[in-house]
Amino acid sequence: MKTAVAHTFVATVEDRPGALNRVVSLFRRRGFNISSLTVATTEAPGVSRITLVVNSDADTARRVQANLEKLVDVLQVQDLTGAAAVAREFALVKARVQPDKRAEVLRLCGLFRARVVDVSPATLTVEITGAPEKVDALVEVIRPYGIAEMVRTGPLAMGRGAEVTELKVQAEMAA
Amino acid sequence: MKRTGSQAIWEALVGEGVETVFGYPGGAIMPAYDAMPGYPIRHVLVRHEQGAAHMADGYARASGKVGVAIATSGPGATNLVTGIATAMMDSSPIVCITGQVSSAVLGSDAFQETDITGVTLPITKHNYLVTKAEEIYPTLREAFHLARSGRPGPVHVDITKDAQQATFEFHPGDGPPPRSGRKLRPSPPADLDRAAALIDGAERPLILAGQGIVRSGSSEALVEFAEKTSVPVACTLLGLGGFPASHPLSLGMMGMHGEAWVNKAIQEADLLVALGMRFDDRVTGKLSTYAVNARKIHVEIDPSEINKNVKVDVALMGDAAWALRELHGRVRSRPRAAWHGRIAEMKGDSAVRDIQTLPPSGRLFAAHVLHDLWRLTGGRALVVTDVGQHQMWEAQYYKHERPRSLITSGGLGTMGFALPAAIGARFARPDDEIWVVAGDGGFQMTACELSTCAQENLKLNVAIINNGYLGMVRQWQEFFYSRRYVATPLISPDFVKLAEAHGLLGLRVTAREEVEGAVARAQKAPCTAVVDFRVEQEDSVYPMVPSNSDLRDMIRRPTPMLETGSDP
Repeated sequence: MKTAVAHTFVATVEDRPGALNRVVSLFRRRGFNISSLTVATTEAPGVSRITLVVNSDADTARRVQANLEKLVDVLQVQDLTGAAAVAREFALVKARVQPDKRAEVLRLCGLFRARVVDVSPATLTVEITGAPEKVDALVEVIRPYGIAEMVRTGPLAMGRGAEVTELKVQAEMAA
Repeated sequence: MKRTGSQAIWEALVGEGVETVFGYPGGAIMPAYDAMPGYPIRHVLVRHEQGAAHMADGYARASGKVGVAIATSGPGATNLVTGIATAMMDSSPIVCITGQVSSAVLGSDAFQETDITGVTLPITKHNYLVTKAEEIYPTLREAFHLARSGRPGPVHVDITKDAQQATFEFHPGDGPPPRSGRKLRPSPPADLDRAAALIDGAERPLILAGQGIVRSGSSEALVEFAEKTSVPVACTLLGLGGFPASHPLSLGMMGMHGEAWVNKAIQEADLLVALGMRFDDRVTGKLSTYAVNARKIHVEIDPSEINKNVKVDVALMGDAAWALRELHGRVRSRPRAAWHGRIAEMKGDSAVRDIQTLPPSGRLFAAHVLHDLWRLTGGRALVVTDVGQHQMWEAQYYKHERPRSLITSGGLGTMGFALPAAIGARFARPDDEIWVVAGDGGFQMTACELSTCAQENLKLNVAIINNGYLGMVRQWQEFFYSRRYVATPLISPDFVKLAEAHGLLGLRVTAREEVEGAVARAQKAPCTAVVDFRVEQEDSVYPMVPSNSDLRDMIRRPTPMLETGSDP
């Protein structure tokens, strides 16, 4: 029986028009299911970094990586699943909190080091940064009070330790 | 030196060794056409852009070089799509160049504007929208490199009209070198050793030879490897010709319409050595029952194919030429007489059902035509087929001895492929005898290209296997839809007159005795000749493994087979 687990990939891609579209199109047509995807700039000019989380069995995850590596704009793909890595996520949670419960919720948020960013008579909005499991935990703690709105970035991930691959666009690598 | 973007297009093509392009002009590509006469390139004017893409594909498959198709924006570009998808599915290296509206009006729904790079993204190895003249040359260079490297495939370059018109300072040596597609991590020697040990230890091994044999030019290496190990070789449709059909170790084609003994042998094998093939569903039938007794070695240049359909024991990443070279020195010589005996037994059982061994009935069967065509051309013709029953009969009865002697649309199964692909092949192989084999349905999808044959003075031979039906669909209706022949009976024009209307030779054959004379007349004609073979209308392709079935569950030709002639 194939068991689906969350696989985290970090892909560095050349910052060219349509590069993200190629990645997303690949997932759509191959029927791979993306649970989260973030794109942002890196230390190298012209290179973006995509963090992808896919729920799949191990075979599918390997094919996800092989298919990503076929894309010309993709420089490299790392599978951080099960590797020594730091994963962090950011979330904004707007909770329905009446004034009489506010102190209670604030105390809970304090336990998670979540910060209040907005308060209204009927709501309380907090931001939290942390491992995805920590964000999950905060969300579950607030849920009984009522969540009006929530947005999560999905995780950003990076391998631990000194080992790094220097990023350069391919044209420069060959030069 | 000063150049326009249009000139940069032709400079790049000439630099890549392109001699022939297949295209159709229009507004957004006119600057490029205007610059063309200054360069040593022959342009073939097609009648529909789909034909241009198939011609580029046929050229590529016949030559091993990159084929080029050119079209204008909008409808010109969208008409290429079927041809691009065909090339993608069969890993054929082509570069398609399209004009695009000027960059100032991109995204404004301008006249003949289509987001064509959006359309071709999933059916190309890579594509580009070029809006600056100075980017045209390096982009095209990279496009050619990508098309032919690794697992080959189509690359599309969309160039705005203003980029074609702009003038810039051209230095061909400048600019970044082309990027590569995926860089292959070669398999370690330990994997090769494991594969060799599996081969040495196998009692009932089979080699499954795919198109990778043809693409990597390793037919001879395969013969040597098979002879050393005494391992029989079965081919995929696109692998036909990769191993000589007359070789004692050759089994023939596998899969849905493969030889019965091949499919049985696959199910009895204890080892499959898959070389440059991708375990397509037409090859495997039902996956859960596919070769369950066999260990599997998969040699594949594209790592994303590994374990996609069939889980393998050893994956060797690289092309077939590399793998055969590495494995040859590692394997032992073994006779494997018992296994060959078992296969011979299965072959004998099937031969009694072969239509060729039945006495003449006075009727003309497609299998007779293909068998005779093979005999009369000495098996040396380059055959380009369309898609359907005739394609499978060709695969069964035309015995291919050499690589690149069969060109056919496998993965996408594109009807209308044959005639334009053969036109492309003609430019790659000016001296070879070429036969188009098409059904009456598929032929009409691109029959307009007969006009291209006439204009370009091309010599092709066209065999229309005319049964008055969309035959393969009719066969499925017969087997799986209670013989309800919905939308499959087909009224065609008089193909003899159609050929004559183009100034070409048209012939008709209604009996087996006429085949030889008609083939000879076609061969002798200086122009393209179209032969309308009126074959049995309701014959079916046997054996057939129904879709998603166990390979052993074949529908066999009924004996006596003559019943097929009087089907309702």
